[in-house]
Amino acid sequence: MPRLFNPSVKLTDNDVTDESVYAQRRQLLKSMGFIGLGSLMSQPASAFGWFTDDDEEKSVFQTRDLDYTRNKKFAIDETLTPYDKVSSFNNFYEFGTDKGDPVENAQGFNVDPWSLTIDGLVEQPLTLNYEDLYSKFALEERIYRMRCVEAWSMVIPWTGFQLSSLLAAAKPLSSAKYVAFQTLYDPKQMPGQKSRFVGGGIDYPYVEGLRIDEAAHPLTMLSVGVYGKTLPPQNGAPIRLVVPWKYGFKSIKSVVKITLTDKEPPTTWKRLAHQEYGFYANVNPAVDHPRWSQASERRITTGGLFNQKRIPTLPFNGYEEVASLYTGMDLTRNY
Amino acid sequence: MKTLFNRPVRLTKLQVNGIKAFYHSLALGYLVWLFMAGVNDNLGGDPVEALLHSSGIIALLMLFFSLCLSHFARRLPCGDLIKCRRMAGVYVFVYGLFHLFTYIAFELQFDMSLVAEEIVSRPYILVGMLALLILFALTITSPMIVRKRMRQKWQPLHNLVYLALVLIVLHYTWSLKTAWQEPVYYWIAAVVLIALRFTKLKKF
Repeated sequence: MPRLFNPSVKLTDNDVTDESVYAQRRQLLKSMGFIGLGSLMSQPASAFGWFTDDDEEKSVFQTRDLDYTRNKKFAIDETLTPYDKVSSFNNFYEFGTDKGDPVENAQGFNVDPWSLTIDGLVEQPLTLNYEDLYSKFALEERIYRMRCVEAWSMVIPWTGFQLSSLLAAAKPLSSAKYVAFQTLYDPKQMPGQKSRFVGGGIDYPYVEGLRIDEAAHPLTMLSVGVYGKTLPPQNGAPIRLVVPWKYGFKSIKSVVKITLTDKEPPTTWKRLAHQEYGFYANVNPAVDHPRWSQASERRITTGGLFNQKRIPTLPFNGYEEVASLYTGMDLTRNY
Repeated sequence: MKTLFNRPVRLTKLQVNGIKAFYHSLALGYLVWLFMAGVNDNLGGDPVEALLHSSGIIALLMLFFSLCLSHFARRLPCGDLIKCRRMAGVYVFVYGLFHLFTYIAFELQFDMSLVAEEIVSRPYILVGMLALLILFALTITSPMIVRKRMRQKWQPLHNLVYLALVLIVLHYTWSLKTAWQEPVYYWIAAVVLIALRFTKLKKF
């Protein structure tokens, strides 16, 4: 006698797919495909970021035109990095660690009123307010190479004035050997200062320093603008340092305080990882970062993947005139 | 063991194939979109960095997903999900390979002496390469015919996926200037996934 068929899976009426659904099964699968495709197509033109919140459109920080002259001495014959790249690819951990974060998170940054004080070992302590930044010193445009410690570089037209002019106005005492700089500390405006997680675990405020002869060098400038307009916040509005022969992290942003001292001031990245980032941080193809080579760099200009240029990195980022500042120094040890 | 449903969720062949087709179109579609956006300079300030970062992160997320599949299969339960695991795993390798290709082709511009030097002298790149080698070994041994030939040797080899997981998270953490970022979450996820499999892994 044949045995009674005993199914291994016991199904009841509840398991039956509703006929209306069954009849649409091909349609359902198709529409699933379209939803998938559609979500791909509607992706904004930004790369994948998992922990970034895509909130609503924010109003863009307003910049304005500056009055300045072009300094022909610093006009170099290299392709400029376009403004949209200069202003959208930034390391400014106060606004997030991803290089796309600052442009996203800094648009509401308030720069007026601003106060920049110069104090310490000076005869004449100074305080510059927002208007002073643009009017106290004649502004000029200089085109500088900017080499990041991460082995990429840009060519940027900065508008500003020599730091030496400001130092001269403050009249440094002969005991002053170093210049210390400090970024604004305002956790309300800078999410990276509020949360260690957003700010990469750095102790804020961000601080930097130069030897006084480096600070007084004619190449060292304080920039208040880029591409002829006032700086957007992601580039360090309203005023930032630019030291073209040193890695980018030396060029501190949104400066509120400049103090002349007689001993080497602490600097943020050296404090965080002194075996990787030194006080001098001169661009030097012969001294590698412990985790990557500094012998060459990728120049960021226009163009996609197939228009990339990798170029050799030059000692002092090509600004050989500063070499005399370091005669007799071992630059492998003083990296 | 607690399961979400009392009875196993069964998937028909059509449904399994549907899920696979969906995953294929998503994974391949995103890769193509990413590459084309990079070619057309639509990936923000630096397309190379964006491509490098995205392909790496997605490979890691896909690895998390593929390792979660067996847990979903047991806890729903829905054994049919295991049928999608190989595909999910192979895409981890595909994205990882694309990540390496981007590094060599666009970051280092095919400067092969620099490539060799960087792989040997930079520990975080070496760690990434090791992880990719493991994924390569898992990928070429993933066809059923190879699996059958390997018999009892197959499972110990494929348990190395957890080593690859640790190496990949280490590679990512090490590549950043500060570790106090996303890697914190990824380390937690990796530890949880390994802990869930700890008794099984201990046997090998």
